[in-house]
Amino acid sequence: MNRWLHFASPQRFYPLAGRLMPWLVVSAALLALAGLAIGLLIAPSDAQQGEGYRIIFVHVPASWMSMFIYLVMAFWAGVGLVLNTRLSSMMAQALAPTGAMFALLSLLTGALWGKPMWGAWWVWDARLTSELILLFLYLGFIALYSSIEDPSRADRASAVLALVGAVNVPIIYFSVKWWSTLHQGASVSLTRSPSMAVTMLWGMGIMVLAFWAYAIAVALARVRCIILEREARAEWVKYAVE
Amino acid sequence: MSIFSLTLRRDLLLVIREPAQGMAVLAFFVMAASLFPIGVGPESALLRRIAPGIIWVAALLAVLLGLPRLFEADFLDGTLEQMVVGPVSLGLLVLGKIVAHWLSTGVPIVLLSPLLAIQFSLDRDSLLVMVGSLLPGTLLLSLIGAIGSALTLGLRNSGVLVTVLVLPLYVPVLVFGAGALEADLAGMDAAAHLYLLVALLALALFFAPWVTAAALRIALE
Repeated sequence: MNRWLHFASPQRFYPLAGRLMPWLVVSAALLALAGLAIGLLIAPSDAQQGEGYRIIFVHVPASWMSMFIYLVMAFWAGVGLVLNTRLSSMMAQALAPTGAMFALLSLLTGALWGKPMWGAWWVWDARLTSELILLFLYLGFIALYSSIEDPSRADRASAVLALVGAVNVPIIYFSVKWWSTLHQGASVSLTRSPSMAVTMLWGMGIMVLAFWAYAIAVALARVRCIILEREARAEWVKYAVE
Repeated sequence: MSIFSLTLRRDLLLVIREPAQGMAVLAFFVMAASLFPIGVGPESALLRRIAPGIIWVAALLAVLLGLPRLFEADFLDGTLEQMVVGPVSLGLLVLGKIVAHWLSTGVPIVLLSPLLAIQFSLDRDSLLVMVGSLLPGTLLLSLIGAIGSALTLGLRNSGVLVTVLVLPLYVPVLVFGAGALEADLAGMDAAAHLYLLVALLALALFFAPWVTAAALRIALE
């Protein structure tokens, strides 16, 4: 317990994050290269979708990350709210833009895939709609955080919002799913997933790891900036920046 | 008298003595819904098809517009601070304020909605379903909105901000509320939608006042 609390202080966490970052950046780059090589060059083309399916090597990991990061963000926000540890709230704030970016990336790649496959950039499918609402939740979190000047109030207010959002995510997901099954339009069903070749799974798994490494690296870089900004008046910051 | 009924009475008295604000929200509800036929054309089959969505979205936006009234006046004159530091259950007090807000915004919207139903040429049975979905639905909107309203209290751009925070959370209410009416118009049973709407209401009745109280404590620190 104490070992973990040891790094709960921004002063101690700052150099640790700095040491971890290069490793994460390098592994993110290497894994992304390997994953893209498998996905774009080695994996066989799909029987039904041809080459167009290859966007899933970016699309699926991005969607997973966007959902997962929201939960991690809500977790850190909740820890910050309960234990009053500043670093946890800073971590939540650092994760939000990355999560929003992944949600947007997932929507954009989905649109790029949908145009040749469905003939439309956008259909009101349950997954697309709930991903869009997830993006809105991220934007609300960021908007609330950046509108409150007092950092302590900003931390706590946005933590409440993140927790309310986390409780609502499953409700929103199932309501939207039900809504779109009732409105069965002309769109193609996404739910039946064809069995994938093993190389495709490998490519996707490696891309997921690459996105993980990237997300952690970027969050650490951002949290370092936030620490410097918030602790600017502390004595140790002077030595840390030199 | 409990703090719930005291707050309810006080807030309702304030609304009755200054009715202009509540009227503006109602006017918005009717006007916003009446703009759609002008936009899409007067064909009654089409209007009946899109009526559930329009009436529900108009009600949702009207409740959203009325949200600042919930805490803002009390915040500006310092009353809210006294409420928070007072020796009473803040959750119950907040629930009283929310119910008062619903009685002065949501219920008038529900009472006015048959007028719109006639404009969109809905028949009598669908009208009952519409009222039955709007009545719990508007309370649910007020409960969820109270959280956003408390979080943005006193911020410079609170009007826009509360919209951005609350609209994604309103999605399930809209799905089940408008879904009930739509199912009825399609000749299906609307009960499942209504049950789910009331289930969400039960959840929100328990959690929303508590979360709102926590948000108010943060805002007034």
